[in-house]
Order: sequence, then C-alpha cells, then structure tokens
Amino acid sequence: MSGEQFLSTSERTFVVNALREGIRVDGRGAYEFRGLSIELGGGGFGSAEVLLGKTRVLANVSAEVVRPTANSAEGFVLFNTSFSPMASPAFEAGRLTEEEVLVSRMLEKAVRRSRAIDTEGLCIVAGEKVWSIRVDIHVLDHEGNILDCACIAAISALLHFRRPDVTVEGDQVTIHPMDERNPIPLSIHHIPICISFGFFDKGERVVVDPTHLEEQVQDGDFIVVVNTHRELCTMSKAGGAGLDVARIVQCTEVAAAKAAEVTELIRGALTKSNEIKK
Amino acid sequence: MGRKEKPEKSTVMQVDAEETDDITPPVVVVLPGEAVQLPSNVSTVVRLGPGLRQDADGVAVTKAGVLRQTAQGDKVWVEGNQRRYVPQLNESVLGVVTAKLGENYRVDIGGPHPASLGVLAFEGATKRNRPNLEIGSLVFARVSLANKDMEPELDCINPTNGKADGFGEVKGGFMFKCSLGLSRSLLDPSNPFLQHLGNICPFETAVGMNGRVWLRSDKAKQTILIMQALLESETIPYNKARAHIKKFKTELGEK
Repeated sequence: MSGEQFLSTSERTFVVNALREGIRVDGRGAYEFRGLSIELGGGGFGSAEVLLGKTRVLANVSAEVVRPTANSAEGFVLFNTSFSPMASPAFEAGRLTEEEVLVSRMLEKAVRRSRAIDTEGLCIVAGEKVWSIRVDIHVLDHEGNILDCACIAAISALLHFRRPDVTVEGDQVTIHPMDERNPIPLSIHHIPICISFGFFDKGERVVVDPTHLEEQVQDGDFIVVVNTHRELCTMSKAGGAGLDVARIVQCTEVAAAKAAEVTELIRGALTKSNEIKK
Repeated sequence: MGRKEKPEKSTVMQVDAEETDDITPPVVVVLPGEAVQLPSNVSTVVRLGPGLRQDADGVAVTKAGVLRQTAQGDKVWVEGNQRRYVPQLNESVLGVVTAKLGENYRVDIGGPHPASLGVLAFEGATKRNRPNLEIGSLVFARVSLANKDMEPELDCINPTNGKADGFGEVKGGFMFKCSLGLSRSLLDPSNPFLQHLGNICPFETAVGMNGRVWLRSDKAKQTILIMQALLESETIPYNKARAHIKKFKTELGEK
C-alpha cells in the first residue's frame, strides 16, 4: 500500500533552492504562520476545531469521576490522539505512527507537565473521588505541523470546557446536572502555546510552522512551548541538524512573539463563543 | 504564447473522451446507487467510463457527479470532483519512481496501489538501451492497464505511433498536488488560465489526471506564483480568468 507519500527529487531541490532565495513554496515569509481559525463549542462544551492553513484538528474534552491513585488529592488529565487515515494516506487505522507518539508526548509535556491545569482543583474527596479530564485529539486533515495545531486545539478546548458542579456533604457527593446548576470552568494557570520550527541547509535557514512538504524536506526541527508571559515551558530538539546557541535564542524570541499572537486569537474565539451562549 | 514558446506537455495527450465531443446541454447530476438510462440512439457498444458500473442488465452509478457522454453516445462517464485518484485506462499521470525492480520501475501515482512502469515501455528502449531513472525521478506516463483491485501499469509511449509524445522523465521544476477536478479543467483545451499565464511569462507544464501538476519556469518565484494562480483558478469561472491572472502580472513579469 502507498503509505507515506514518496517525495520526488524535483520537489526536494525546489523547496531548498527557493528557500535559499528567501521564498517559501506557499509564498509565506520565513516567520509567518499560516491562517489560523478557531471554532469553539461546535460539539458542546469543550469542543474546539482548529484550522491551521489546511491542517485541521478537532479536540474534545470530557470529564468523569474516578478513584485516584493511593491517597492522592490530584485529578487526572489524559490525552488521547487519533490520526484518522482520512487525514493522510500515511496514517493507517489502528497503527501508531512515530509522528503520533511524538505529538501525544509533546502535548503531555506542553499542557500537563507545564502545570497549565490545576489538577488539585479536580479533587472532590481526597483519596476517594477525583475528576479525570480526557482530551481527545482527532487529526482530520494533515497539511503539516499537526503538533502546533493540536496544541492550540487542546488548550482552546480545555479553556472552553465546563464540568458539572459538585457538592460534598459528609460522605454524600452530589453531581448536579448542567441544567440544575451552572457548570464550572477548569482552573487554568496559563496558556502554553507550541511553536514548531523547521531547519534547512544544516541549520542555516529557519522557517516557522512548516507545511507537510517542508516537514518532509527539512534537516531537523525544533519545538518551543512558551506562554504569553514569556515563560518557557518546554523545548524539544530531537535529532536532526545541530543548532548554535544564538539560533536557539532567536527561535525562542520568535516563538514568544507568535505565542502572544496565538493567545490573543484563542481569547478572541472564547469571548465570541461566550457571547453566542448569552 | 510568450516570447519563446515552449511546448506544453498538457496539450500533447488528452483523455480520448475529451477531444472530440460536445457535451449535450442538460446537466444531469447523479448520485451513487442511481440507475442510469443509457442514451437511446446508441450505436452498438457503449463504453462505461469512471463512476459507472454494469449491474445485471442496467447501469449503476458509483460516484456523485455530473453524467456526461460523447456526442455519438458511445461513451458515458461521471465527472465529479474529488482528491482520491483511481487509475483509469489511457489517462496521463505524473508519478514518482519509488523503486527499481528488475524489468520494472515502481511508480507512486497517488492511487490505492503503486503502479509499475516497464523498463522497455519507453521510446527507443531496448534490452541494451534502457532508460536511466533514479529513485525519486518524476515521470509523465500513460496508464496502459487499469483493472479493479490490480496493480496498474504505465508506459511512456503513445501506443498509436510508438513515439514518446511528451511522455517520459520530467526534470527539474516543481510538482504540486491539486484536486482531480482542477487537473481535469487544466487539461480542457478551452481553459483560459494557462493561456493568459503563458502570455505573461514562459513556462512548461505537465498535468497529470491524478491531481498532480508539474511546472518549470526560469525562476522559483515565478513557479510559485503560477502555482498559486492555478490553484486559485479552481473556483473562478472562465470569463473572469483575465482579471484573475492580471493580479499576478506585475510580480510575474519581474525580471
């Protein structure tokens, strides 16, 4: 079967040569993001569909009450990714690609381990009952840079999510249906934004938000997770061409600026969806 | 066309159905599962094209689109727009050589199966004089065998005269992917977009029916602009073509 699409030598050399002339195949500047559109609430609370250029990712958040691990007072946040074969011929149903593992690992690092979500606030009765928040990520169309798109979708969906209100009286725990009491948003400390870079010519040339074609040609990648307060959450440089310190600092600066822009867009989408609800 | 006109590979080979015919005026939209009434003025044999299937005595539709037929009514097919390519006999396609296996090249044409291209299926090729295609080369070829659930076969010669007729390896340039509808409309001889673009700057192109278009011009920037102009042309009617191409004129004309 066809699997990953095979790239011709012509395409490869064209992408690199065009970059040497300072142009990208889709006509963007090196530090330009593709058009970003965020749609919230299409499937109720905690659903976000994000379109980055032609890459499309749907995130859905759900919550359930579970028993925590031994006497812990913290809830869970779980990520579940599914790369549909509809998105790209490279994806096969039921088989985990390397890319999928990388994306879910990075999401875990970006959102959960940067402590963006207050897991202690998810506790109902310590050691007995906690909320488990599950984020389902569906990649619907693959046109490069799934990670950034998935990260924006995940965090927007988490910001949009409301969980049912709970009251505890003695041993009695009551979960109020959404029409009885207003549901409660998650408490989120900060909004981590993932920005990917692609490198060409052994680290000489950098582009932000690489397309699928550029991803296939690039010598290496570099991923920065940063929030709007310019706090660095995660950096990832897994293999590929080496980078010098100045490059890394420069990329981080660019990422911080981009993260601020993206955060504005997410906030804009949130206020818009709140207005519709009223 | 422009000052130094280059042959356009796209015009060399047309899907035979599109060359001669006028389409009968009433547009019939069909959906999968519908039964189709074959034209009554039928000669003797009617050939079913893409999107149609013989179902016992009748003919059933297998994909959504517009029902088309030749003026003589001897060929009937369904034309729709989609991204997934299913090889059909005699279509010209652009493929990437992914492997060399003895007497055959394995070529990715974007279909559900990889295609095979015989080493001897080139103009003037003999056992001694073989074409030299590297892995990763781009080839413009014709589908010479396309059966359901079977590996398709390609060749790079026109079967009527044994000449290359524009088929073969395409070197340099850039290939982009588009919808099957767009690649079909680029092959339409009355498509004005290629004409208008050619008036501004010279370029070479080869359009594969598998939703792949190869372009080569003097500069990378021109190639990118032409690609953008063509991709945007999908949603623009023919009578607005001049105005659309005009937007690219200043940038394209730059030396």
